[in-house]
Amino acid sequence: MSEPILKVEHIQAKYGDFLAVSDASMEVPAQQVVSLIGANGAGKSTMMDCVAGVHTPTSGKVFFKGEDITGLPAHEIVTRGLCLVPQGSRCFVRMSVEDNLIMGSFPKAARAHMKDSLDRVYELFPVLKEKRNDASGSLSGGQRQMVAIGRALMTRPELILFDEISLGLAPTIIKDIYARIKQINQEGMSVVLVEQDVKRSRKASESCFVMLKGRVVLSGPSQELSEEAIKNAYFGI
Amino acid sequence: MIQQIVNGILLGGVYALVGVGMSMIFGIVQLTNLAHGEFVILSAYLSTVLCTNLGLHPLLTLIITVPLMFVIGMVLQNLLINRVMARGSEPALLVTFGLSIIIQNTLLLLFSADAQRMVTSFQSLSVDLGPIKLPVLQLLVFGIGLVVVLLLDLFMKKTYLGQSIRATSDDKTAATLMGVNVKHTYGIAMGLAMGTAALAGLCVGMPWTFYPTSGSQYLIIAFGVVVIGGMGSIKGTLVAGLVFGLAQVLGGTNYGMLVSYAVLLIMLIVRPQGLFSK
Repeated sequence: MSEPILKVEHIQAKYGDFLAVSDASMEVPAQQVVSLIGANGAGKSTMMDCVAGVHTPTSGKVFFKGEDITGLPAHEIVTRGLCLVPQGSRCFVRMSVEDNLIMGSFPKAARAHMKDSLDRVYELFPVLKEKRNDASGSLSGGQRQMVAIGRALMTRPELILFDEISLGLAPTIIKDIYARIKQINQEGMSVVLVEQDVKRSRKASESCFVMLKGRVVLSGPSQELSEEAIKNAYFGI
Repeated sequence: MIQQIVNGILLGGVYALVGVGMSMIFGIVQLTNLAHGEFVILSAYLSTVLCTNLGLHPLLTLIITVPLMFVIGMVLQNLLINRVMARGSEPALLVTFGLSIIIQNTLLLLFSADAQRMVTSFQSLSVDLGPIKLPVLQLLVFGIGLVVVLLLDLFMKKTYLGQSIRATSDDKTAATLMGVNVKHTYGIAMGLAMGTAALAGLCVGMPWTFYPTSGSQYLIIAFGVVVIGGMGSIKGTLVAGLVFGLAQVLGGTNYGMLVSYAVLLIMLIVRPQGLFSK
């Protein structure tokens, strides 16, 4: 098997004195979909923040494409081809949909491809083209997630992390967004899905990592892990 | 009456220019820059020194003062304000207050408390348009204010750098995820704000006399403009400048400032988020 695109080794992360992640490791093989499952407060988002450079881990290492990126600031990590779609979409609400997307091509290497990337995002989410001049703050929750995904794609990443993309969305919209993520993956991008929903994420991914109270307690190929086993790990039974 | 309205509008253009830098720092860096008035007056003194010592025309001093203030702004933000901002917004506020006192007293030491004014050749010229008279000097400073504010607005919307500044003011973390270096962006924003202060310094220093202590007077005007316009809105700053200028002129010599602050208070009650804030 080839070198994994992302390798997280024994990460520990704190907020002040609070230990959010005590010992977490995971690997993402290139061009695969990997899901990180866990309940609220299990440390999933903190772990993703550490990978993307939004938060600095107190110990442990993060390797991306074989290079140590631990502790690099987020604005440098994105230029290397790793982009996080943060929880709650976090669009630039006072900017138009198109300006949000154009911000995604801010990294220098992405600028030359701005027009192509924009066309591709509009192809993936036609509704965004219709609403391209609207302020993103006026969009529905699902459309905002599409803006956030589109914006991340504009940075031309090789690995994209989705932090609870389905949170608060209607089932039909979630289904649609998951279909798009599958499409993105088939075009060659590696994907990490952070989810609370065991069934959906197991189905959508090739391998699973389950977190409980700041630790990765179970991992393996999605097909080999039963839903039952994942649920037991999830609840710590 | 028409003459008064014209005067008010002309004054408003300058007020917009005085306020726009403060509004940017409010909106982007989320910092109340209490030294903004002093930056304006410091620039007025810089222009005066260049005028008298190098014999430059007041307008030509901008070639030196604008880039100089831009660089000072970037250095100040990167070396000082970014560092204290890591400890919260109150320490940063106090630092700007300290800066204002330092600048004020340095100016007092160097130039004494005497009134200063830049003299121009077109000081007393005016254009006659039948019932109204347009003083050339006022027209010029109004024009500078208008052009600068509109260019700044265009820059914010049409360039990657401008877009990254807007994005940072909307959501800092999301901006870093798009590759924006937030501290660097704050430096640029402060540089731009100081650049507008340099322009404002010239525009208040030509028509009116100023003292080392005049900064606080302009700080209060800037505050008014920022509040009426909506914090961080550049076009709002322009409209707010006009409202503030008009209110002052229509209030007459005795009650001008009173009327403009009454307008400010009414705004705070009726629409505290400002005219153009969403």
